[in-house]
Amino acid sequence: MSELYQIINEEGVENKQLLSKINLSNDKLLEMYKHMLITRILDGWLMKLQRMGKAAIHAPNEGQEAIAVGVVHASEKEDWFFPTYRDLGLLIAKGAPIREILNRWLANAQDPLKGHEFAIYGGRKYNMVPTTTPVSVHLAAATGFAHAAKIKKDKLVVFAFLGDGATSKGDFHESLNWAGVFKLPIVYVCQNNQYAISMPFRRQTASETIAIKAVAYGIRGMRIDGNDILAVYSAIKEARESALNGMPVLVECLTYRLGPHTTADDPTRYRSQEEVEEMRKKEPLKRFRTFLISKGILTEKEDEQMRKDIEREIEEEVKIAITIPPLHVQAIFEDVYSELPWHLKEQMEEIVKEYEEDHLS
Amino acid sequence: MPVLTLAAAINNALREQMRKDERIVVLGEDVGKRGGVFLVTEGLLEEFGPERVIDTPLSEAAIFGVAAGMAIYGLKPIAEVQFFDFAFGGFDQIVSQIAKLRYRSGGQFKAPVIIRGPVAGGIRGGMFHSQSPEAYYVHTAGLKVIVPAFPYDAKGLLIAALKQDDPVIFMEPKSIYRTVKQEVPEGEYIVPIGKANVIRQGNDVTVITYGAMVHRVLEAAEEASKEKISVEVIDLRTLMPYDIDTILSSIKKTGRVVIVHEAPKTLGFGAEIAASIAERALLYLEAPIIRVCGQDTPFPLANEHYYLPTVKRIKKAITKVATF
Repeated sequence: MSELYQIINEEGVENKQLLSKINLSNDKLLEMYKHMLITRILDGWLMKLQRMGKAAIHAPNEGQEAIAVGVVHASEKEDWFFPTYRDLGLLIAKGAPIREILNRWLANAQDPLKGHEFAIYGGRKYNMVPTTTPVSVHLAAATGFAHAAKIKKDKLVVFAFLGDGATSKGDFHESLNWAGVFKLPIVYVCQNNQYAISMPFRRQTASETIAIKAVAYGIRGMRIDGNDILAVYSAIKEARESALNGMPVLVECLTYRLGPHTTADDPTRYRSQEEVEEMRKKEPLKRFRTFLISKGILTEKEDEQMRKDIEREIEEEVKIAITIPPLHVQAIFEDVYSELPWHLKEQMEEIVKEYEEDHLS
Repeated sequence: MPVLTLAAAINNALREQMRKDERIVVLGEDVGKRGGVFLVTEGLLEEFGPERVIDTPLSEAAIFGVAAGMAIYGLKPIAEVQFFDFAFGGFDQIVSQIAKLRYRSGGQFKAPVIIRGPVAGGIRGGMFHSQSPEAYYVHTAGLKVIVPAFPYDAKGLLIAALKQDDPVIFMEPKSIYRTVKQEVPEGEYIVPIGKANVIRQGNDVTVITYGAMVHRVLEAAEEASKEKISVEVIDLRTLMPYDIDTILSSIKKTGRVVIVHEAPKTLGFGAEIAASIAERALLYLEAPIIRVCGQDTPFPLANEHYYLPTVKRIKKAITKVATF
């Protein structure tokens, strides 16, 4: 469990023996690449929108695209996802339209979450339950969801995402312990991106790896190169089978957060630029691109065109999204309860009145 | 009609509802073979099997969080917390996950979990088996909070909780689990959430209370009646949302208010009631509002009797506002 599973190395060169076990069409490989590319480019735009004062905050995904995209491509349509706040790739790979994502970030009148929370990835049509920002809290609900599926004898797997910091919390322990006891169809996807804001991995645990923690819960641990999308795909396929057969899995995906923790963070305070540049050489997109080009699946020209098309599409969607009107203040009071209780009704009436006065004048 | 204790009425509600609705599952520490430490889930494992009556690891966070996940899936989980004093280990699950799921998903998901278990003092349980933490939950938007004082209400409120779509904190005053008995109908009936009960009619003083203190207040009211003070007693039954209309209409009649609860006085639920009355009915008041509450200390093992509102102190407060 301290060995690292890898199919494409940092130079974009594949392990032929392992690659031969994966059965992916060129179209599928290109789709995965495109999803990573959209994630990368849109991620940059979401950062920009925050800098422009349009979005409240963003937790960038740069450098981690292979994990969420790889997991979705290895999943089945009946599977469910419990993301963290950094998993833009999940929405992209599940087919969420760019406009919808922008509406969420701008918290405008068309935000499907009604401006109730920022930066959360979720939605019923994507089989995705929006996370709690306090890390690891959602792992227990993911576990319960898998428990319910097992009670109902439904054949599906839950993918619960977490970071390295989350492994220090009690909810992580309590959830994995439970999954082991009840042999649930769940895969915990830990994105070990080396940092929890400023705290490096070695401040989270003295354990040699995260994967090894699985042993104590009687579940399976896997340790993979999370910057290698084919390793992610292949390992998750295997983990999915294992979980369906009553052996939950903790998959440690080694990666690196190239950007800040969020738009509110300044990583130069706690890590060197040299370190970041060194890790940038290992990032997942460049590696996959090199591989696809070396195999003749993608040409440089096609890649360039794909990037341009994505850039243009996002730019146009941004132009539209920023013209969508803001949410009405009444949305503050929606979805607190199934019905509005008297005290909220009273508070709402007062605020709505003030809002309407302000907006008439 | 069978005469049941509070514990038996809850057991009866669970059993009947589990027979009718197979989405209901019960989970918690020792709820299966042991039947719960207060035997509230006794016999359920035998009737419904281990998939629906789940003995869990000793892990409040997982019990609540797993229940949330089950509710998202479409089951109706009833999570037992062995004592509400132990719920703090899973507090993040309640506050961050369960209470806010509907809100943060823009109404796409909901987690109508019921978390039920014994609460409050009166059994010489010391500081970790006696607390009254209801204010934390009332203060958390998205939760409903219920504290029954009678077997009939406990059954009807629990059924009501199962028939609606919001998470519910269902607190069972452990000191009256077996001491209060009442005729409880068989079969399904509902006591509406958010409706208080005027348990004793009176004209001079209104006492607002809930949980086990209802019974002490009734005793104090009886004492006061010997001094020709006519006391109206309101059993709130639900703290969130609470029944402001019943409170106000009683106050408009009496103009004098005492609020009684076991929880510590400062920022206890009584503070909210008093503030709401002051905002809405100040001109009807003939006397200051008095609170008779638990003390602002941790719950003590010795002298629990004095820590909690006594009949004597409640009676004194009634007399004080009546004669102000």
